[in-house]
Amino acid sequence: MNFTINKANLEVFSETLQSLAQQDKDIYVVTSDSRGSGKLVPYGQCFPEQIVEVGIAEQNLVGVATGLASMGKKAFAVSPACFLTARALEQIKNDVCYSDNAVKLIGISAGVSYGALGSTHHSLHDYAVLRAINNITIVAPADNYETEEAIRQAAEMTSPVYIRFGKKNMPDSLSGVLEKNSAFKIGKGRIIQEGTDLTFIATGEAVLPCVQAAEVLAQEHGISCTVVSMHTVKPLDSTLIMHIAANGKPIITVEEHSVYGGLGEAVGSLLLQNGFHNQFKIVGLPDDHTVSGSQVEIFEHYGISKKGLSDTVLTWIKN
Amino acid sequence: MELKALQEKSKLYRRNILKYIYNAKAGHTGGSLSVIDILNVLYNRIMNVSPENFDSNLRDRYIQSKGHCVEALYVVLADKGFFAEEDLLTLCKYQSPYIGHPTKKIKGIEQNTGGLGHGLSICCGNALAAKKDKSGVRVFTVLGDGEMAEGSNWEAFMFAAHYKLDNLCAILDYNKLQITAPNADVMGLEPLDKKLEAFGWVVKHVDGNDVEALTQTLEGLPFEPDKPSFVIAHTTKGKGISYMENILKWHHGVPSAEQYEAALLELN
Repeated sequence: MNFTINKANLEVFSETLQSLAQQDKDIYVVTSDSRGSGKLVPYGQCFPEQIVEVGIAEQNLVGVATGLASMGKKAFAVSPACFLTARALEQIKNDVCYSDNAVKLIGISAGVSYGALGSTHHSLHDYAVLRAINNITIVAPADNYETEEAIRQAAEMTSPVYIRFGKKNMPDSLSGVLEKNSAFKIGKGRIIQEGTDLTFIATGEAVLPCVQAAEVLAQEHGISCTVVSMHTVKPLDSTLIMHIAANGKPIITVEEHSVYGGLGEAVGSLLLQNGFHNQFKIVGLPDDHTVSGSQVEIFEHYGISKKGLSDTVLTWIKN
Repeated sequence: MELKALQEKSKLYRRNILKYIYNAKAGHTGGSLSVIDILNVLYNRIMNVSPENFDSNLRDRYIQSKGHCVEALYVVLADKGFFAEEDLLTLCKYQSPYIGHPTKKIKGIEQNTGGLGHGLSICCGNALAAKKDKSGVRVFTVLGDGEMAEGSNWEAFMFAAHYKLDNLCAILDYNKLQITAPNADVMGLEPLDKKLEAFGWVVKHVDGNDVEALTQTLEGLPFEPDKPSFVIAHTTKGKGISYMENILKWHHGVPSAEQYEAALLELN
């Protein structure tokens, strides 16, 4: 594996925003008492005129960001993903998406990042609810490089976008090559590595365990895996997925989300409707009360880990 | 526009509201008739917005939070020349852009509304941006009394006062009836002025169906520097049509042919 674990995508987000704001006075960050958890304290100190605090009021967060965006500001509404995409869902649906305001919705500490704080703080529904809303792009970057690029590209988008990430340290660049401004493009999946026996299609922080499992499978079992970072959950890169499926090999999707309504069902639907019948499996969080524990423990419990994914593949292929 | 002309506009607008609701066999009749004098004064006396400056970022902004009374907004925008009035003959028809809530597909409309408790937050963002830009842009919304129960409005009330948005004015179309029953029976609002003052707004009461009184009040904006302004506009649901006034069923009742003729007689 040709990468190093670097820093949290959350930190990269904050640094990128600072870099953008230095050049662009129209960058605005809107927070709901979330500047600390969003690592935005330095940003707020550098750009006090370009940060707007709304207090713990997520509906107003999205409404105010909408109002800023419709006046020409590049408004980033930053709040824990769990609250942003549930408490403020009607504002996202009506004010951002239906009214077509180019708000950048940033879901921090997404998925099960909050670990033992429990289900109130988990967002395992966000892909599902947002996928069913017209006019929004959904992005979950896998590493630091994808995060920086996602934020830079989102700043220039003229339509709504939702970007979510966690707070655990992530690789600098999973492909091992920091090809800035080239490889990552919102809407286009990124092939991390190419293999011949099966493909992992994963998104966000679930990509890393796929890369790790692929290494185990290759070294210990001679199974050669393709790993795709499908950082954009919507619109889905259907061209890439169908290209991959054309080899007829098994496909396994992995995500830090409910197995319902997320990346896996999107990929499965695409494949079936286009006549592909590859062996197919969705790995995510089951429709159950989520086990308590840290993010790592929850990932391991549900098999979103080096061992869990390699075991799943071995069992699955054997059967 | 002089007082007499404004009063004539209100009559014209009421006739047109009824005309297009009657034609569509759909619409929020009672509320459109209660709010129309407010829109008349805003568009003809107060706001700097027109088809000519609608592409300018320096136009004043109006977002109708009580989106369901879109018929009132449509007839005013048509009269201002944003679109041809006869387009409203397609109101609520298959594939018409003139749907039953405000939509940006129609020139002159700033935001899609319809879900209640959304307009004020967006106005707060608009007003803050205008302040940051020192553009002098003013921002207006009309709220319905029923939607005052939405918690999001109270989040926005706090925000507007915190950020001293004296370029923001919220007007309550206080006809005191919502779809189920009088507000007082559904979810009491009073003492509303004290609540809003406690939230940091300057509040004025006005007869919301009196264009002269509305003009005088709104020409006094901002009511105080560094504070958002709130106008409690006391209105009558179904105003101007005797058999509709204060009658709940006209919330979205559509007149029959006989009722429509009778209404026009009252407005002539």
